[in-house]
Amino acid sequence: MSITGMTALELGNKIQKREISVVEATEAVLESVRRKEPSINAFVTVDGEGARKRAKEVQKQIDEGTLTGPLAGVPVAVKDNLCTEGMPTTCSSKILHNFIPSYTATAVENLMRAGAVVIGKTNMDEFAMGSTTETSYFGATKNPWNTSHVPGGSSGGSCAAVAAEECPYALGSDTGGSIRQPSSFCGVVGLKPTYGTVSRYGLVAYGSSLDQIGPIARDVADCAAVLEAVASYDTKDSTSVRRQDLDFTSALKEGVSGMKIGLPRDYFGTGLNTEVKEAVLAAAKKLEGCGAVIEEFNLGLVEYAIPAYYVIACAEASSNLARFDGIKYGYRTKQYEGLHNLYKKSRSEGFGPEVKRRIMLGSFVLSSGYYDAYYLKALRTKALIKQEFDKAFAHYDMILGPAAPSTAPRLGENLDDPIKMYLGDIYTVSVNLAGLPGISVPCGTDKAGLPVGVQLIGNCFEEKKIIRAAYTLERTGGYSRSTLAVLDGTSERGK
Amino acid sequence: MGKQYETVIGLEVHVELATKTKIFCGCSTAFGSAPNTHTCPVCAGMPGALPVLNKKVVEYAMAVGLALGCEITKNCKFDRKNYFYPDNPQNYQISQLYLPICKNGGIEIETDEGGKKFVGIHEIHMEEDAGKLVHDEWEGCSYVDFNRAGVPLIEIVSKPDMRSAEEVIAYLDKLRLIIQYLGASDCKLQEGSMRADVNLSVREKGRGEFGTRTEMKNLNSFKAIARAIENEKNRQIDLLESGGAVIQETRRWDDLKEYSFAMRSKEDAKDYRYFPDPDLVLLQITDSWIEEIKGQQPEFRTEKLARYQSEYGLPLYDAEILTGTKKLADLFEATSALSGSPKKVSNWLMGETMRLLKENGMDAEDIRFSPENLAALIELADKGVINSTVAKEVFGHVFAEDADPKRYVQEHGLRTVQDEGALHGVVEQVIKENAKSVQDYKDGKEKAIGFLVGQTMKAMKGKADPGAVKEMLKGMLAE
Repeated sequence: MSITGMTALELGNKIQKREISVVEATEAVLESVRRKEPSINAFVTVDGEGARKRAKEVQKQIDEGTLTGPLAGVPVAVKDNLCTEGMPTTCSSKILHNFIPSYTATAVENLMRAGAVVIGKTNMDEFAMGSTTETSYFGATKNPWNTSHVPGGSSGGSCAAVAAEECPYALGSDTGGSIRQPSSFCGVVGLKPTYGTVSRYGLVAYGSSLDQIGPIARDVADCAAVLEAVASYDTKDSTSVRRQDLDFTSALKEGVSGMKIGLPRDYFGTGLNTEVKEAVLAAAKKLEGCGAVIEEFNLGLVEYAIPAYYVIACAEASSNLARFDGIKYGYRTKQYEGLHNLYKKSRSEGFGPEVKRRIMLGSFVLSSGYYDAYYLKALRTKALIKQEFDKAFAHYDMILGPAAPSTAPRLGENLDDPIKMYLGDIYTVSVNLAGLPGISVPCGTDKAGLPVGVQLIGNCFEEKKIIRAAYTLERTGGYSRSTLAVLDGTSERGK
Repeated sequence: MGKQYETVIGLEVHVELATKTKIFCGCSTAFGSAPNTHTCPVCAGMPGALPVLNKKVVEYAMAVGLALGCEITKNCKFDRKNYFYPDNPQNYQISQLYLPICKNGGIEIETDEGGKKFVGIHEIHMEEDAGKLVHDEWEGCSYVDFNRAGVPLIEIVSKPDMRSAEEVIAYLDKLRLIIQYLGASDCKLQEGSMRADVNLSVREKGRGEFGTRTEMKNLNSFKAIARAIENEKNRQIDLLESGGAVIQETRRWDDLKEYSFAMRSKEDAKDYRYFPDPDLVLLQITDSWIEEIKGQQPEFRTEKLARYQSEYGLPLYDAEILTGTKKLADLFEATSALSGSPKKVSNWLMGETMRLLKENGMDAEDIRFSPENLAALIELADKGVINSTVAKEVFGHVFAEDADPKRYVQEHGLRTVQDEGALHGVVEQVIKENAKSVQDYKDGKEKAIGFLVGQTMKAMKGKADPGAVKEMLKGMLAE
């Protein structure tokens, strides 16, 4: 098997055994990026020089025996909203097109400690606002399964890079589905951990109370291993949670016998594409075949999740994005008269339309006179949604549903209709509102050959349950990576 | 016959807390360093950086709240105050609006008429300071120094309970002393570690409802505050008397011109879009933490006043001066503990120290000498190693450069000569050279002995004990 066709753990294993050197692995990955980027555009920045230098250092540490972890020497791509010292971090926005951070995000530092070689930064919807990666200042990323389709978003670059075998795994961030939905569209595995599991320090904030960093990989084992490496209690993040159960790879066991899995009726109603529905229900059947108890149930308040999410996320974003003003760093307008005009022009020219829409929406719901009616009500709704999930998890070990109502839409299809795009987040946003972990695992394709993902939602701090179920589904579902090998002629699988 | 007016005043006092590090990061709070040397991604508001609350800030805020009789909010939160300005690196300030840490307190102040009055505290909240803008008129541009950004502040909001500039000064004085005694801040108005904004309105005497108020900013001294209050009161009364109306607005005081001008009115007041900061978790304050802080409360002025009189036997006047600043009280207590003679310590502080402070136009806060050196000086004088004239001279150096008295006396040869033989020879010489005075003394003019002591001291270059000299002279003249 070629280097780029391997999973992160397969590659890491060969590096530990000295069958492949870190430099070789890095070169293979960079070559794959070089060849595929013209058609995929998954990256904003590729740092070949830095990666080669880093590869040598990592190899030295492996040779000295100071780096022995399963991910040591394995190349990784990082979503461009995670700060990387000395490497541009643009959030795919014009306003940060030239921004180079002076520090590295904790999650990336954790990966570096595990021996990761960062090859570059992946494309995304501008400031993670979008579900298609089309709002990027650096152009849309294409879905590797069919380049006239979107990869999903906002972590579209990370998911496309992993799917196209431009790198074995990547980091993404998920505020309302931004890991799980593009993972579903790109046929990869993406996990959004329980809020507070991965430090947000160094993640350029969108909706601070909802943002979580998570792994994107080609299989469940990689996802568990990467999550184990990035998760940490961090004193630099007040919302970080001290957990003792970060050994996520211990959950990589087959078997769901006796597990109770709930299927919310509202997740399978109108608006869900029939082919997606069939594929997701088939996945549920497979788990049932493995001994799980599958039950339909009524999850309350599903219809309130999207409005509550957009009010809260936009309110926080309107404040989080205030610092991008053209004063200290980033884009500054060429000509201006006075301070107010400098702010206004820099921000008007520096932000794209979707970001502006959300800043305006967020500013509005926080304005005096509207705060109670919108923001406060959304916070109350958030608390009620959490209660609905608490009730569900009193009966079920996990919840199963689709990650998105459809497979990847065509490029440009959603851009003109923001409401349509927002409604696409129906199955993912409540997970963020409730702070729960969720994983999207490939479970089939539609007639056009585009991937479908099934989403497993766990109770807070119960990543292990969904990892185990996802692993079981992947292993026993008769669904393997080789059946996904239709990568628009760019795949190296099976060669 | 003009109407009688009453002035209604409430204060918003910002106090910079004396923590070593900033409120949400580990950067130093030291004042006066090169621009942007005490900064990090957090206090410079860089993308992705997150705030982490400094525990000491909470403890200082609680300590001040408890000393001011406030209730502590056991579940308190931080909110973001959103506004754009270049000294504000995130373009929002982390403050407290919805659940401030302290509420509903107050202190008693002494009024001019000798009475007592209660001034209520509405709330105290914690927040971060902004950076400093430096405008370079020459270059035509502005620079930002973020060293001050993130320095912890508390804002103490009083109720509109004060009625005159005197009451305001009494309130501020008391507030300042309490905070200084707590060690929570040095409260220097000039340096900006204590800033007061004055909310003022006037109403006809006997009226129930308040008039329209204005808020006065940029008040950098107690004198400026008094002048601004007087000026604003008169401005509002003149407005009303001439049939006009007071506009609710923020005004800026210019102390040189003794005049204020409107900065912004309520109509163009900003909507700060406050909302709970999602980067900071709910702050839960337990009863045991409150008790712990309570247990650490120092002895305040009222208790000290009583103790200085009963324990040290100091007169009320001295006790009042010594407790008038934390600096003097600390110095007095530390030196007394070292020397064991509080009365003498008090004399040095009340006498020479006060004289030199006045002479140099300094405040007690500016005292730099250590209790150790004052105690050492008292010991030298007590043991007769130096006489009182030399002691004053040496104290001058203790005061000015915190000189070590023992070393100073040694290096400058100021020890009182104890050698009786040497003194005897000098006295003999003085008797021989001043026959007239000797005769005067023998004729019963007691005063003449003083002149002879003086001549001997002069010959000894001051290094003799005048008492011993007098005794020796008397003895020798009686022979």
